[in-house]
Amino acid sequence: MTLDNVYLTIALSPLLGAIIAGFFGGMLGRKVTHTITIFGVLVSTVFSMYVFNIHVLEGGDIFNNNIYTWMQVGGLNLSVGFLVDNLTSVMLVVVSFVSLMVHIYTIGYMDKDEGYTKFFSYISLFTFAMFMLVMSNNFMQLFFGWEAVGLVSYLLIGFWHHKESAVEANLKAFLVNRVGDFGFLLGISLILMYFGSLDYIEVFSNLGAVEGVTILDGSLVITVICILLFVGAMGKSAQVPLHVWLPGSMEGPTPISALIHAATMVTAGIFMVSRMSPMFELSDVALTVVMVIGAITALFMGLLGIVQNDIKRVVAYSTLSQLGYMTVALGVSAYSVAIFHLMTHAFFKALLFLAAGSVIVAMHHEQDIRNMGGLYKKMPITYITSLVGTLALIGFPGFAGFYSKDMIIEAVHFSSLPYSDLVYYAVVAGVFITAFYSLRMFFIVFHGKSRVDSHTAGHIKESATSITFPLIALAIPSVIIGYITIEPMLFTGWLDNSITVSSRHSSMAELSYIFDSAASMIPHALLTVPFWMMVLGIATAWLFSLHKTEWADAIKNRFHRTYYVLDSLYGFDRFNEIVFVNGVKKLGLLLWKVSDMVIIDKIVVNGSAKFVGFIGSIIRPIQTGYVYHYAFFMIFSLLIILTWTLFSGNNPQLNVEF
Amino acid sequence: MLENYLPVVVFIFLGVAFGVGLTLIGWLLGPSKPNEEKNSQFECGFPAFEDSRMHFNVRYYLVAILFILFDLEVAFVFPWAVVQSGLGWFGFVVISVFLFLLVVGFIFEWKKGALEWE
Amino acid sequence: MTNNFSFEINSLLVALPEIFLLSSIVIVLIIDLFLTSKFRQATYYLTQLSLMVTGILSFNLIGHPETVIFSNSFILDNMASVFKVFITGSSMVAMVYTRHYLLQHSLYRGEYFVLVMLAVLGMMVMVSGYSMLTLYMGLEILSLSLYTLIAIARNRSIAVEAALKYFVLGAIASGLLLYGISMVYGISGSINISDISAFAHDPSINSRDTLILNFGLVFLVIGIAFKLGAVPFHMWVPDVYEGAPTSVTMFLSTVPKIAALAMLVRILVDGLGSMHDYWSDLFLALSLLSISVGSVVALMQTNIKRMLAYSTISHVGFIMLGFVTGVVSGYGAAIFYVLVYVLMSLAAFGVIIILNNKGYEADQISDYKGLSKNSPWFALVMLIVMLSMAGVPPFIGFYSKFSILQEVVSAGFITVAIIAVVFAVISAYYYLKIIKFMYFDESDKDETISAPMDIKLILSINGSLILVVGLFPDRLMNISMSLL
Repeated sequence: MTLDNVYLTIALSPLLGAIIAGFFGGMLGRKVTHTITIFGVLVSTVFSMYVFNIHVLEGGDIFNNNIYTWMQVGGLNLSVGFLVDNLTSVMLVVVSFVSLMVHIYTIGYMDKDEGYTKFFSYISLFTFAMFMLVMSNNFMQLFFGWEAVGLVSYLLIGFWHHKESAVEANLKAFLVNRVGDFGFLLGISLILMYFGSLDYIEVFSNLGAVEGVTILDGSLVITVICILLFVGAMGKSAQVPLHVWLPGSMEGPTPISALIHAATMVTAGIFMVSRMSPMFELSDVALTVVMVIGAITALFMGLLGIVQNDIKRVVAYSTLSQLGYMTVALGVSAYSVAIFHLMTHAFFKALLFLAAGSVIVAMHHEQDIRNMGGLYKKMPITYITSLVGTLALIGFPGFAGFYSKDMIIEAVHFSSLPYSDLVYYAVVAGVFITAFYSLRMFFIVFHGKSRVDSHTAGHIKESATSITFPLIALAIPSVIIGYITIEPMLFTGWLDNSITVSSRHSSMAELSYIFDSAASMIPHALLTVPFWMMVLGIATAWLFSLHKTEWADAIKNRFHRTYYVLDSLYGFDRFNEIVFVNGVKKLGLLLWKVSDMVIIDKIVVNGSAKFVGFIGSIIRPIQTGYVYHYAFFMIFSLLIILTWTLFSGNNPQLNVEF
Repeated sequence: MLENYLPVVVFIFLGVAFGVGLTLIGWLLGPSKPNEEKNSQFECGFPAFEDSRMHFNVRYYLVAILFILFDLEVAFVFPWAVVQSGLGWFGFVVISVFLFLLVVGFIFEWKKGALEWE
Repeated sequence: MTNNFSFEINSLLVALPEIFLLSSIVIVLIIDLFLTSKFRQATYYLTQLSLMVTGILSFNLIGHPETVIFSNSFILDNMASVFKVFITGSSMVAMVYTRHYLLQHSLYRGEYFVLVMLAVLGMMVMVSGYSMLTLYMGLEILSLSLYTLIAIARNRSIAVEAALKYFVLGAIASGLLLYGISMVYGISGSINISDISAFAHDPSINSRDTLILNFGLVFLVIGIAFKLGAVPFHMWVPDVYEGAPTSVTMFLSTVPKIAALAMLVRILVDGLGSMHDYWSDLFLALSLLSISVGSVVALMQTNIKRMLAYSTISHVGFIMLGFVTGVVSGYGAAIFYVLVYVLMSLAAFGVIIILNNKGYEADQISDYKGLSKNSPWFALVMLIVMLSMAGVPPFIGFYSKFSILQEVVSAGFITVAIIAVVFAVISAYYYLKIIKFMYFDESDKDETISAPMDIKLILSINGSLILVVGLFPDRLMNISMSLL
């Protein structure tokens, strides 16, 4: 099998599964449907690992080829093609593995749901779209994948469409993403305008052409392009202020929260910026923007996690915060660190979501953590895997998250961009916050007194194997993946052929200077500020949620204004509602009255209809139905044409001698 | 170029002049004393039995068309016959194909009943 | 001269598809004569078989080196072969739709099939004609078959009227065409396309000859414009479309357009290509008139066949616009457009034919009310066709319009492109009106429409092709572009 067939198989086998599940799911029954879709994703997973082996471990060449030319417009070639290098290979393995786990998990989680086969069809379709996104070799296909994953995401957020809140969240996600996509599309258009091509490699190799070129008011073209592209990433990867849709997306079923809204789709923005590293490296302004936005997201979204009581929302805010960390890493040109964190985060955050889902199933779809407590005895596997996930998330030394987060903090430390010192404090403070809200939730759910109502309490038991198996399978990489891959991924060049770092940005170089080995980082961590911030966070969480629970309420009352600010999510939703929703409504009303009713309806539509009718009424009488009229009309037209031919300027001289 | 057509013009002129001229002379010189008998149809016979534009049976047209078809066939065969010695087998095959096609048409019309009068 | 008459089997092989088809016609005609009504179905299957074999024979000739036989009057090149494949293929599709209709309306006669095959033969001669007379002969074989096909429903006075109108006007058009041929012959001394081309390309040609050639050209263009149904020679189109039995309307509105386009290419591009400056203005006028009249008048039609007639006129305008550009890629875009048009039109008439079952003549637009509830699948196909005809992406109709307009713009006729787009938008109205009727109005009838399996299958393929080719147009586009 040649390589392009391997890539095609990776992309198409989930699509095939999705098509079969979507069109024939009802006919085939649940068992056959999930077997087919899981098999499709399994095939992708196996081949992804094979591709990973070829490209990353054996150092195979970059594959860049157009598979199919969709259309050619002028000199522009729109095609479907694959660019597979080490970055893509890493993404393929992460996406396919998490997707496979989520597919298996879904068997148990969606067991009693009516839309069982439809759900499988959607998640397989999503997997296909994600593969197309990461394997793309041009901006058009990237955009296609980008929109396709978004589409499935909307479908799945609104999966339980009988719930009004789900439909609202779905609409919100759609609208907010439109803002991001608009920027993204503008960025792509600018690329097309200045480079005349949408092919990554062609664009990257022509970057010199726009050096120093300015646009509009004199800003550099490359800066504008990068910021516009990043606006797209902000929408997809939920960065402030386009983050508002992600907490809402928790209305969807939990498996997709794990797959789409934690592990894969929301990291598409991170992936995209890494892929575009040759462009971003040319603009310090854009990088600073990226870094600052990331830091704001990392810090302030983490703070919101503290006051949440819905188990999934806590995890959602932690996802926002972690995405912020990745974005910060991008901003300081530590792309490989961002991808590294993306990978570790995918495993442990999927794990946390699925564990949360396991709790939710056991609690009969109760999501408020205040009604839980003391679950560790009844759900040992969920308990242990959650502990692993939490430790990985807060960056407990040795766990996967420890390596990636520590590297991000260090990279910021070495950055020379403006504001990087402020950002440094933000990310360090973020460590405390992460530890605090994570452990708070963990303690409240699994330890302490049981606050479960007596009726439910009797039924709580460990979830089925199809749920616990993915938990265990994800727990393993959550522990070890950081230890294994930190060195090759960051320092010995796994990603060197995909990522460009300008020599002006020295974070990575300095990181590798101080890096010794993965093992030696653990003892070293004991001496660093982030470690003690984390310990402090754990201690605080223990204090407030187990030891002195009344203190929490006391503080809440003492600082009720602060609490109010956090509880109302900094007012983003209110602001959007008042300014954008109402504003747009008013604007719409105005436009409807003025432009629709008067200009369009009266003048354009009715006017043109009348005009057309007028012309028609002139022409129609000619069509009498009498054959001699027709014949006369033909001959008459002939005469006119002949006369015209005779007298038109195109003709040779009329004064012909006969 | 146009002067080549002069004889034609002359002929047209002469033709028109001759026809109009003779009629004119008859009209000018002849006596004109009409009476009832003279004005009745067929002065020498009896009134017409029917309209002179009589109806033909529609089958007549069918037969007429078929006749023209096979009439024209012969019109093609004549020139062939004149040079057939020079054309050899090729010519023979070609005319055979031609006639064969017409025979097919003949079979068709016969079988369809186009040749039956009633 | 005698050399030309030498009997060479090889040269006959070049015309093998035509010879095969003619033999099949003879055989089917005779066999049908002796079939009892019980076995009449055999005629249909024999026809399909003959068309298929003809298509395969033509397909095998693709890539055959360009050959001219029969005293330079018959050419075999890739364009001819590819067109023949499309002609036979789309005729087969049309025949599938037709059979059902004929049975429903008791028009099922052997002659129908023979006449269709004769028309196909005429079209094949047209695409391969390399002298004016061959082209004319092909055109006449086609036209005479079509006149008769229309009149085959001889009990319906409207059909007979349509046939007579078409015949009378067609005779006038033929006369004009012949007159044009005679003028070109008179000045160039030949009826052969290559000789005419050599004559017209001769730089020493004097202005008097050019003028006469130009006059001849006008007559030739008018003759073909009549066949295509371009304004102002379009008067027959709506009447004939409405009057003819729907299956005949389908046939005559689709496949002959390919042949007429081929004839246009042969005469104007191959023969009088050097006169492009003279005929492009004429084409520009005809195409703009066609687009505008077709788009506007269709708005007021209540009969769907008449509406499609005007829609055809407007499509023809777009096709002719491709010739205005005077470049090979423009002609290619026109070829692409005509193939796409045939695809869309076949599907549209396929749906109409299905709805046209006994006692329910679905030729009023209002008959389509609530179709989506009674038969959602046919409504969906019709939806696809209408959107495609309106030029909505991603359907193929968008791409065909787009490629024409792109060529027009790159040839510098920006105003023309804008006008065409405006009328295309206007025409979208009546396509959308049908969609509105189908999906948003309540039906006053309440029966489900059934159709035999073969029609359903072919219609589904036909409809989905409109979408699929729209998504992946480059293959067909490359074929169209490579023909010239």
